[in-house]
Amino acid sequence: MKQSVFLGTLTAAGLAAGVASAATLDDVKARGELNCGVSTGLTGFSLPDANGNWTGFDVSFCRAVAAAVLGDGSKVKFVPTTGQTRFTALASGEVDVLARNSTWTFSRDTDLKLDFIGVNYYDGQGFMVRKDLGVTSAKELDGATVCIQTGTTTELNLADWFKINNLSYTPVAIETNAEGEQQYAAGACDAYTTDASGLASTRAAFADPENHIILPEIISKEPLGPATRHGDNEWTDIVRWTLNALIAAEEYGVTSANMDELAASSPNPEIRRLLGVEGDLGPMIRLDKGWAKRAIAVGGNYGEIFAATIGEATPIGLARGLNAQWTQGGLLYAPPFR
Amino acid sequence: MANVPDAPKESFRLSMLLYDTRYRSLTIQVFVFMLFMAGAAWLVDNTIRNLAALGKDFNFGFLWNRAGYDISQRLVEYTNDSSHGRAMLVGLLNTLLVAFLGCLAATVIGVLVGVLRLSKNWLVGRLMTAYVELFRNIPLLLWIILIYAVFTEATPAPNAFRPNPETGIASQSMFLDAIAVTNRYTAVPNPVFSRELGWLNLGLFYVNLDVIAVIAAAVLGWWLNRMVKARATRIQNATGIRPATWWSSLLLLVGLPVAVLLGLGFHLEYPGLKGFNFVGGINVSNSFMALWLALSLYTGAFIAEIVRAGIMAISRGQSEAAFALGLRPGRTMSLVILPQALRVIIPPLISQYLNLTKNSSLAIAVGYLDLRGTLGGITLNQTGRELECVLLMMLIYLTISLLISGAMNVYNASVKLKER
Ligand SMILES: N[C@@H](CCC(=O)N[C@@H](CS)C(=O)NCC(=O)O)C(=O)O
Repeated sequence: MKQSVFLGTLTAAGLAAGVASAATLDDVKARGELNCGVSTGLTGFSLPDANGNWTGFDVSFCRAVAAAVLGDGSKVKFVPTTGQTRFTALASGEVDVLARNSTWTFSRDTDLKLDFIGVNYYDGQGFMVRKDLGVTSAKELDGATVCIQTGTTTELNLADWFKINNLSYTPVAIETNAEGEQQYAAGACDAYTTDASGLASTRAAFADPENHIILPEIISKEPLGPATRHGDNEWTDIVRWTLNALIAAEEYGVTSANMDELAASSPNPEIRRLLGVEGDLGPMIRLDKGWAKRAIAVGGNYGEIFAATIGEATPIGLARGLNAQWTQGGLLYAPPFR
Repeated sequence: MANVPDAPKESFRLSMLLYDTRYRSLTIQVFVFMLFMAGAAWLVDNTIRNLAALGKDFNFGFLWNRAGYDISQRLVEYTNDSSHGRAMLVGLLNTLLVAFLGCLAATVIGVLVGVLRLSKNWLVGRLMTAYVELFRNIPLLLWIILIYAVFTEATPAPNAFRPNPETGIASQSMFLDAIAVTNRYTAVPNPVFSRELGWLNLGLFYVNLDVIAVIAAAVLGWWLNRMVKARATRIQNATGIRPATWWSSLLLLVGLPVAVLLGLGFHLEYPGLKGFNFVGGINVSNSFMALWLALSLYTGAFIAEIVRAGIMAISRGQSEAAFALGLRPGRTMSLVILPQALRVIIPPLISQYLNLTKNSSLAIAVGYLDLRGTLGGITLNQTGRELECVLLMMLIYLTISLLISGAMNVYNASVKLKER
């Protein structure tokens, strides 16, 4: 008797066991809120203001996905993650999308069971030093103490680069960008290294940005992109095509300001499909026809988001560079909407 | 359950399982046990399903792959080309180092403070009480972060030790020309031997033969000294006169190791500023210092209370008897009170040592790469093997704890009251 009760309990427990659900879309719709993993704070990419409102480049992407799926770009719960916790947060289902300056690498895409849905920022790793250190090239950093965020590609690239160049260094392991800023500002490390965009953003947050320089060497390729869990292709498609919609919108000149007008009057079938006035693209990813239009409406197209959060008019002042449209000599190239 | 041997005459009814005190406790135990097993089964089942849903397997092969990251404090040979397993070893040794030195310092602090807290001197007593209450009642993590912040914010950068090119004077100078406290590390002299005996390969790591030689000399001296003392006791028992042994003790305990040290050309290599940092000496990182100091001071406060309680547990008659025999207060403490108090002190002391060792995993707060930082931090993150890394880490901490309490139990058995 005891045994059968035991087995019964076991089966019941087994049935009740919450399995990381494959149907993220349904979960998000049922919850009415998108859980989006962002960084703990990186000016221009994701940072909460004094009222707790998140803003930034990665934040805008989360809002665009929320608008596409839920119809409201404000229905996002931002979950701050560190370099060490981000992939666990995604794998465990704590977040639905991870938009946190994460580099698309082979092992993360395969072994870590993530799916990178594309690249929203082409970056590379650089070094920042104080101007008065008198260093003009990373090759002069032999014997230096370098601050690095753990759990990142940064620490691996750094080890490789110093090895290849036969230089030595002392790593100082830090958890978050804020900690890195503080250690670097206190002089506890000679150089701070991370993605060049992160350096620009960190420097912009200093009281004296003019006293710091970013060295010319870019030692790695860091294609940063949003990621989803491997295995939920439907959800991955939605997130991927939201990014593509933002990029394509810029290419076709669709902005948050002119989209209604274009939807009504544009003769271009590609624009009409994108904005949902022609064809059935939305239903193909189990959304309605207006999904992409809503995504673009929240923060504008890719170019508008870039300009408003990290572009040259902001304190961070990043040029488009590699992140220009392919028609402008950059690498952004959205597949056709048909 | 129904066929209990001394079954009463009245027939067994199901309700008796609950209302009959003879069966009730058994019922409750079986029920709780089943709940517990169901909970455990649910967890295991859930894990297996989730792993399967994510397409992940359970595999420790990653331990043999290249780690690819650097660790600044390593007690054994390690480069970024070493394996994750090796990185784990480096982290483990860093954990053991800070735990060992922490237990040592905490014991010294604890015994001193515990004894001083009973001092008749009002000021000393109060000061010690203040220390104990301050450290016991503020979370350890805050102490670690505070001490770390003091080190990084209040000490000069290595650069400040560089002489100004015009005046030739540096804004900071080294202590005794040997020690430099900076906002990155404390640079201290490095003990070296000019006559290298080589290295002994122990499989996992190499051991310096010079160090072994010195330790061997010290052990030999200690053993010979015991023989000399035993001989003196024999002579004393036979003749009533104890021959003077202090000079041979001095020679054996101090002279022998020092002679070996000198013979091997022992000297100190002083740190000097070269390039960005001090080189030549040993750079003890601030993260280590902060962790070590905080762990020692925090646990020391608890040990002080244990020591005080242990001393107070010894009846006053003991010290009165010792005074009556003419022993001075210091000797009374070290010869009469403390040896007896040890019996009361050791068992709770074990758990303080265990606490300190486990608390050392707070190293993560200051970026000290211990076991939690390497295996449970960077390796876990770079390989995505959460379950494997965490289980392995738990197993290692469990082993360390069991070893510590095993060793301390042996010691406890040796000091406890021997009943004949
Ligand atoms: N792209 C690298 C590094 C990403 C990273 O951690 N970047 C830092 C600096 S750019 C960051 O976002 N920090 C924000 C935080 O600490 O939360 C990776 O994916 O491993």
